[in-house]
Amino acid sequence: MENEKHHIVPYRLYLFVLVALLALTFLSIAITEIDLGSLTVAGALVLASIKAYLVLKYFMHLKYDKPYIVSMVVFVFAIFIVTVIVTFLDYLYR
Amino acid sequence: MNSTSVANEANYLKYRGKYKGLLGWIFSTDHKRIGLLYLYSMATMFSVGLLLGLAMKLELLAPGKTIMEAQTYNATFTVHGVIMIFMVVVPGLPAVFGNFLLPIMIGAKDVAFPKLNLLSWWFYVAGVFLVLSAILFGPGTPDTGWTFYAPYSFKTGTNLLPAIFGAFILGFSSILTGLNFLVTIHRLRCPGLKWTKLPLFVWTLYGTAWIQLLATPVVGITLVLVALERIFGVGVFDPALGGDPILYQHLFWIYSHPAVYIMILPAMGAISEIIPTFAQKHIFGYKAIIASTMAIAFVGYLVWGHHMFTAGMSGTAQYYFSLLTFLVAIPSAIKVFNWISTMYKGSINVQTPFLWAASFIFVFMIGGLSGLVLGALAANIYVHDTAFVVAHFHYIVFGGTGFAFFAAIHYWFPKIFGRMYDKTWANTGWLLFFIGFVTLYSPMFYLGMMGMPRRYYDYLQEFHGGNILSTIGSWVLVTGFVIVIVNLVRSVRKGPKAEMNPWHGKTLEWTVPSPPPLENFDEIPVIEENDGPYNY
Repeated sequence: MENEKHHIVPYRLYLFVLVALLALTFLSIAITEIDLGSLTVAGALVLASIKAYLVLKYFMHLKYDKPYIVSMVVFVFAIFIVTVIVTFLDYLYR
Repeated sequence: MNSTSVANEANYLKYRGKYKGLLGWIFSTDHKRIGLLYLYSMATMFSVGLLLGLAMKLELLAPGKTIMEAQTYNATFTVHGVIMIFMVVVPGLPAVFGNFLLPIMIGAKDVAFPKLNLLSWWFYVAGVFLVLSAILFGPGTPDTGWTFYAPYSFKTGTNLLPAIFGAFILGFSSILTGLNFLVTIHRLRCPGLKWTKLPLFVWTLYGTAWIQLLATPVVGITLVLVALERIFGVGVFDPALGGDPILYQHLFWIYSHPAVYIMILPAMGAISEIIPTFAQKHIFGYKAIIASTMAIAFVGYLVWGHHMFTAGMSGTAQYYFSLLTFLVAIPSAIKVFNWISTMYKGSINVQTPFLWAASFIFVFMIGGLSGLVLGALAANIYVHDTAFVVAHFHYIVFGGTGFAFFAAIHYWFPKIFGRMYDKTWANTGWLLFFIGFVTLYSPMFYLGMMGMPRRYYDYLQEFHGGNILSTIGSWVLVTGFVIVIVNLVRSVRKGPKAEMNPWHGKTLEWTVPSPPPLENFDEIPVIEENDGPYNY
């Protein structure tokens, strides 16, 4: 384990991601001013997903990890999405 | 002499570290000591849960009030369920045998995060005390059942909040153990130990760890929502405030159905170790068992709705959940066929662990096949919330996890303590336990089909005969349990010294002394191309 390479990320990139996260946070507040009807929740979730993607990829170093670690995270999200879809088999057809 | 061999001069039971006595145990980061901490804690809680179960059966000996009022009965089945599920069968085999054996089985000195491992046990203890405080203090013992169903869970005047927080903390313990095991299996396998050479117990711990990690947070958040509902009335589940109580059931079972597989997968793993050892034969269908383990872990994640067939779900969802419930039976059946095929033409050595393992297959099959009755939509509506469900559940969870746990403790006891137990008493205990188990739960299938509802302290006169038989079964079961426990406890100190490999097993734990040294191996083993966990 000691011999593994550790990727060093420049501060500039972290700063850029931080600014992007802050901007998306303000955007998720601003979007509530617009009446999107039934898409309000979807809009908030899309923005939250983009933020989660940025955190995972850069802050949690997924971009520099081995493919099998990435595949595990993808698998977890796939399970999450399937679970939500299955739950909505009840709500959409009730 | 390097530090490893100095540490390995004493076995883990005698090694003196920074602390002595009790402190040397509760602050130890040694995976073997942590495994035993779990064993003693869980055995204590199991005894409490067993006494509550015994009290419930005594109440049902005759119609009407026998020894307790209706409210006390409600509290008794709630506490029995919370203790048995969250404190015994969910930590279950991974916490005890996973902790003790996983690093040894993969040729490692410890788990990946030893301090986190100790923290898991401390979370477990904290959770236990929180739940016990809900019972002993406050306005009354919780009476919701172990499922904490909404909306009653935020309407009841009993002391529910500490119980909810207790279950929440116990969940943390489970998540940390799962995370630790995942990293350990990925990162600490000894040289040459490829995935296709892992013992099946390790594979089942791996599948279980994924479920622990992914499903447990769901119930954690759900219980927090119930707490918020009780304290602030936020209205997520309360229909009076526009909430949806069925959403609670979805969220609860998204965890609690996979939790059944947290309980049963490591049990299947232990059985997959025991049967080849006592048949002295290579396990039949090694890769099929691995595939079925991962299939159960995956499909088991998507079948939670079969607990809710009468809750008011959409018909589309009901069809879907029923179909997938039938599918999950396939990988379970694959395992049963593999175990039986392993025994076929083997040199079977009928010892106590084998008796427990063989009876596991028997009761697990009855539990599994009765599960298909419950998975069928029309039949489910007929027997929903009856004693039939209680019988099925106990055949699977108590008969499955419980029997496998006793099989495992009798199998690995000589390795863990370096002593052997009295085999005659052990077999006598098993026989009484098995007879008691079948007598206790089988009549409940019949009672349920005849319409006796569960969770009532009273019943119609026509159900009296079945209940008498069931209560007598509980007495026989407890007699067997006492014999088993007294025999094991006595043997820890007074049993004859055990050999290093008394059963002639082939997995790595049988290559180290009994009890194992502190850091398991003087030198990390290397697995050669022709080595394998079942190469008899």
